Amino acid sequence: MNRIIVGRLSVNVSGLRVLQRSFCSSVAEKESEVKQSFTNNDDQYDVAVVGGGMVGMALACSLASMPLTKHLSVAIIDSNPALGKSNFIKKEDPPDPRVSTVTPATISFFKEIGAWQYVQQHRHAYFDKMQVWDYTGLGYTKYNARDVNKEILGCVVENKVLHSSLLSCMQNTEFRKTIYPSRLTSMALLPSSSSISVDSTPSATTLFTKGHLAKLDLSDGKSLYAKLVVGADGGKSRVRELAGFKTTGWSYSQNAIICTVEHNKENYCAWQRFLPAGPIALLPIGDNFSNIVWTMNPKDASDCKSMNEDDFVKILNHALDYGYGPHPKSISSGSVDMFSWFRGDATLSAKECFEVPPRVVKLASERMVFPLSLKHANNYVSKRVVLIGDAAHTVHPLAGQGVNLGFGDASTLSRIIAEGIAVGADIGEVSLLKKYEAERKPANIVMMAVLDGFQKAYSVDFGPLNILRAAAFHGAQYISPLKRNIISYASGEQRLPLPLPLFT
Amino acid sequence: MGSNSISKMAARHLRILSGCNGALLSVRFFSDSTLAQEPIASTAIDSASVSPSINTAENHSQLNNNKKHSAPSSLKHAELAKFSAIADTWWDAEGPYKPLHALNPTRLAFIRSTLCRHFRKDPYSARPFEGLNIVDVGCGGGILSEPLARMGATVTGIDAVEKNIKIARLHADLDPETSTIEYCCTTAEKLVEEQRKFDAVIGSEVIEHVADPAEFCKSLSALTVSEGATVISTINRSVRAYATAIIAAEHILHWLPKGTHQWSSFLTPEELVLILQRASIDVKEMAGFVYNPLTGRWSLSDDISVNFIAFGTKNS
Repeated sequence: MNRIIVGRLSVNVSGLRVLQRSFCSSVAEKESEVKQSFTNNDDQYDVAVVGGGMVGMALACSLASMPLTKHLSVAIIDSNPALGKSNFIKKEDPPDPRVSTVTPATISFFKEIGAWQYVQQHRHAYFDKMQVWDYTGLGYTKYNARDVNKEILGCVVENKVLHSSLLSCMQNTEFRKTIYPSRLTSMALLPSSSSISVDSTPSATTLFTKGHLAKLDLSDGKSLYAKLVVGADGGKSRVRELAGFKTTGWSYSQNAIICTVEHNKENYCAWQRFLPAGPIALLPIGDNFSNIVWTMNPKDASDCKSMNEDDFVKILNHALDYGYGPHPKSISSGSVDMFSWFRGDATLSAKECFEVPPRVVKLASERMVFPLSLKHANNYVSKRVVLIGDAAHTVHPLAGQGVNLGFGDASTLSRIIAEGIAVGADIGEVSLLKKYEAERKPANIVMMAVLDGFQKAYSVDFGPLNILRAAAFHGAQYISPLKRNIISYASGEQRLPLPLPLFT
Repeated sequence: MGSNSISKMAARHLRILSGCNGALLSVRFFSDSTLAQEPIASTAIDSASVSPSINTAENHSQLNNNKKHSAPSSLKHAELAKFSAIADTWWDAEGPYKPLHALNPTRLAFIRSTLCRHFRKDPYSARPFEGLNIVDVGCGGGILSEPLARMGATVTGIDAVEKNIKIARLHADLDPETSTIEYCCTTAEKLVEEQRKFDAVIGSEVIEHVADPAEFCKSLSALTVSEGATVISTINRSVRAYATAIIAAEHILHWLPKGTHQWSSFLTPEELVLILQRASIDVKEMAGFVYNPLTGRWSLSDDISVNFIAFGTKNS
């Protein structure tokens, strides 16, 4: 009983300690009300997820789905009003231009947490083929899911569908979550109230009485306390700023323009053409719709945004087809003898010819423009704070990996939290969180380096480099082990591009 | 065992070392125990070698001959002063207790799996030890006791060093889940006298610092209820352990202060099983802890040549 009093009031502790010592020799009574008296404090949580976007909600869902973590109390801080209500996405709505390509690894994650069934109730498009080429017309690569004995390469889903599926998944569990519809203004590590100790040296107390809980102040004046603060609040993360994590990065001096377009026929293939100013990607969304992500320099992007729709459709078709350069020549299977010794068990797609992407008939949504940059937090964790998703890393959209890295972070973090709880650890301990960082940071950095490398390699129009790129296309197209490796890595099945034993 | 001659040589070597240094102060950093041996000399205490130790009633009578006794009052002051310098660091995960913090999750994994199986608790529950009384003998700063409390157990932590108990209590009071831990500055033998009984008795990294391991095991057994569990972890008395835990850890890497461990007081797994058997405890499972220097992490393995942990049940 005395222990509660010591914790709650700052009274003369030494007197109470004498009492406690004498209790030891007799059988002390065990109280179970202690826990309740602390949690009478309604605003104390185990985990506070700042940012209720796709990655933040995926983490919450994942915690809700595992037996070891489903008893945790979670606060979600996001000022987006959509979080509070059950979302109704009408089937007739045209597709939103903000979409994400989810890799098979992410699809498995969603299935594990029970959210994929909700995605399947809305518009989503699996694709099993991909064609990549550039404007020089010197080479192309076709990927097929059957090259690695899989059914799909990925699935394109609107962000709002992913988000609402995660929300629905969470609502159907008994998970203790509270949504705070406001924004984080400040954060501090709270010292314990029992910091007064009469008979021990000051250094003993200062070392560990700091930082038992983190205190979060919100913009509507409320405050809450948490053992662990998860920063899932995107590229301009406030948590990252408040926690003092430094970042490395640069802006790409490119903007991406995105929109939804419509075709006359169905499309099950993902297309990407590298143009001198940046790649243009055409991704199937389903129902004859596709999503366009076109990277170009900022001035052209704003021109494209403001021009009228018909002109925009014309230049889109131009960019996908004959614009900027010729079509690559399809190489029929008989004549490439120099690659025959690489072939081994040749992939199905090695024999496929170059195809022209489907023609865009009309624009089906407004055009949006986003600046592109690379950013990486130097550290993902500190005491009681951890970053996931775009708060930790932002990448170029050219390979559709960004949000998949974020989902990978969420999956790993929830697993690490479960492992910590299994051995009774304090979930805000740096040593536990460092395990998450040790797993995700190398994988994220490698992916960012690969994508950044591609971005730089494809933005230079220089004869010898063009030939090199063509050789790279041919290599990926015909060297089967390389192609399989690329597909596995891009699907999220493989953590690193090369099988380095040290990191696995 | 052929290690006998080596052990005698090593013991002699250590005695010579201790004579030179003046004070052989042994407090474990790898372990939580403070049932340590009495320091050798009150003077010439090297300020660099920290860890003091406190007399315990039963160790007094069983001390080595070439250790000098000194007036307890003057010694206590000096020891406490030194101890308070490092006692703060119990909970500094980057400080001198770093290896122990790194080892903690691994030994807890073993304890969790064996106790869940033995007491038929749900291994997927977040609080599998709900309803179990566990005593952590030689709890130190409470590094093992706190996670056990978070797993739902009713934990009693005992240690012979008053300062450790103070630190343990202060830290445990920070978290409502661990503030229920009962900490006592006492010994296993005293608890036996009080006729306390526990479902599980854990003595992790203690027995290598006790003067009479057989008596210690008898006390642990007396504290365990019939059909209860006893878990002991320690370091093997093997040549490999000498190279790793003493030469590498103490002299080369300086993870532990020199003289923390005495190779001659290590027990081999066979000896531990035997003395536990004589104390009516059947050892059912044993595992080793292996350190990976590349990742800096410990893991459970079948290799019991250096650190090992044993789980036994009390015969009825």
